[in-house]
Amino acid sequence: MSDALSLSGQNKTLNVLPDDDVQAEPTQIDWKTILKPLSLITGVFLLFFFLPVDSSRFTESIVEALALTKWYAREHVLLCLVPAFFIAGAIGVFVSQAAVMKYLGAGAHKVISYGVASVSGSILAVCSCTVLPLFAGIWKRGAGLGPAVAFLYSGPAINVLAIILTARILGPELGAARAIGAILFSVVIGLLMHIMFRKEEQAKATAALHMPEPEVERSLGQNGLFFAIMVALLISATWSKPAQAEGLWYAVYSVKWILTGVFALSLGGLMVRWMGVKLYKVVGAAAVVLALALAVPHEPLGAFSAGIVAFVVLLATTRGESETWFLATWDFAKQILPLLLAGVLVAGLLLGRPGSEGLIPSGWVSGLVGGNSIWANLFASVVGAFMYFATLTEVPILQGLIGAGMGKGPALALLLAGPALSLPNMLVIRSVMGTRKTVVFVSLVVVMATVSGVVFGRFFA
Amino acid sequence: MEIKILGPGCPKCQQTESVVKEAVAESGLGASVEKVTDTMEIAGYGVFGTPAVVIDDEVKSVGNIPKKEDVLGWIK
Repeated sequence: MSDALSLSGQNKTLNVLPDDDVQAEPTQIDWKTILKPLSLITGVFLLFFFLPVDSSRFTESIVEALALTKWYAREHVLLCLVPAFFIAGAIGVFVSQAAVMKYLGAGAHKVISYGVASVSGSILAVCSCTVLPLFAGIWKRGAGLGPAVAFLYSGPAINVLAIILTARILGPELGAARAIGAILFSVVIGLLMHIMFRKEEQAKATAALHMPEPEVERSLGQNGLFFAIMVALLISATWSKPAQAEGLWYAVYSVKWILTGVFALSLGGLMVRWMGVKLYKVVGAAAVVLALALAVPHEPLGAFSAGIVAFVVLLATTRGESETWFLATWDFAKQILPLLLAGVLVAGLLLGRPGSEGLIPSGWVSGLVGGNSIWANLFASVVGAFMYFATLTEVPILQGLIGAGMGKGPALALLLAGPALSLPNMLVIRSVMGTRKTVVFVSLVVVMATVSGVVFGRFFA
Repeated sequence: MEIKILGPGCPKCQQTESVVKEAVAESGLGASVEKVTDTMEIAGYGVFGTPAVVIDDEVKSVGNIPKKEDVLGWIK
């Protein structure tokens, strides 16, 4: 109220001034600070003004979005995502960056450097923003353009979380094809780019290299055992009920919680021996989980959740690397879960659950990327290459697309071209290695993704 | 004394910057702290990992957040 008064007061004084001075008076309106919130408010207003709440398609899509999110929450968060976060966190903490980067330095053996670069994405891409400086370093100071490009592609494409979630939700064939495809792609694309730009690559600065300090405390075999047990725990906890109530798969299913418990105990044992976790804490945690499992045997999720909480307590109350492990895991969860929630909601709204429709009619999807034609595959790879997928959101989006009639081939094409590339990321890559190399890199990814899609679709349609 | 923090702007790089700035303030020495975010410039230092701390063109730490005591040791 007082603001309005003072404004009208100012207006009066302005009116007394001669015309020239009125012109010279600077405006009080700073459009720069107004435009952004104003357009946001207008946008929200228009959204609700035209909100089609009467349309049954719209309301059904909202229900679909909520139902899909509920399904994720019930089936995938506790058993699959949370253990996967711990595995990813462990990789970031226990696998020494220095040990890996040694193979990407200037003097490294070429064959080995390609091999290491193609799988190192799963180990080194702890923070996506470190991929580019590492890429530039490998290219200019280290093993050269080929391994650097291999690293650039495989970094985002084969991170553990993405592979685990793909296999769990889109099926083991697609999960395996994605992992194998990403490793093969990175080597082939790296080699091709090395051959194409060989002449330009002769001159190379020879400066001292600064590797991260090695902090290895365990041997490779010890780390291997550690990760094998964690992956085994994840697999047994997520083991799903087979269609027939007999055979080996069913036998595993019927004892899956006992297996999970055994693996959890072995993990606890290793933590006592190698990470200095106190024995009485592990025994106490195991006792609580076992008591819960025996008290409510028909609700294994209760005991499993208690196990997760107990595990967090063990990690967070032990100083040193177990504490770091907890922090790394938390960083992953904090960064990825909100994005994934948004991704699942949007995918459910637009595409619905498999078997039902969302806002986008299934006919459009199956018309564009149904079947396994070259065009469907090419379209999927080009869209995938330019579109930005936040970490892991490609999985619910693809689930929706497949449910709406997308072929398995185009789905793989999108998975191989999508997460590694996006328009913003192309612009950044261009600023580092120039337009020509970027165009070649993107074209190679699109062409190879299309070809792999066609081949995969032929065998797994 | 010139202190440079190499990193494209991830949370760890920001933590490193605040650790270094705290250390400089504590030491009472006059030192300029500069953040380098340009990828090619970072690569020019030959560091294989970020965040990295460079003091008077000498690389002091790579790939981790240094402790404040360490930074104090480097700048004395």
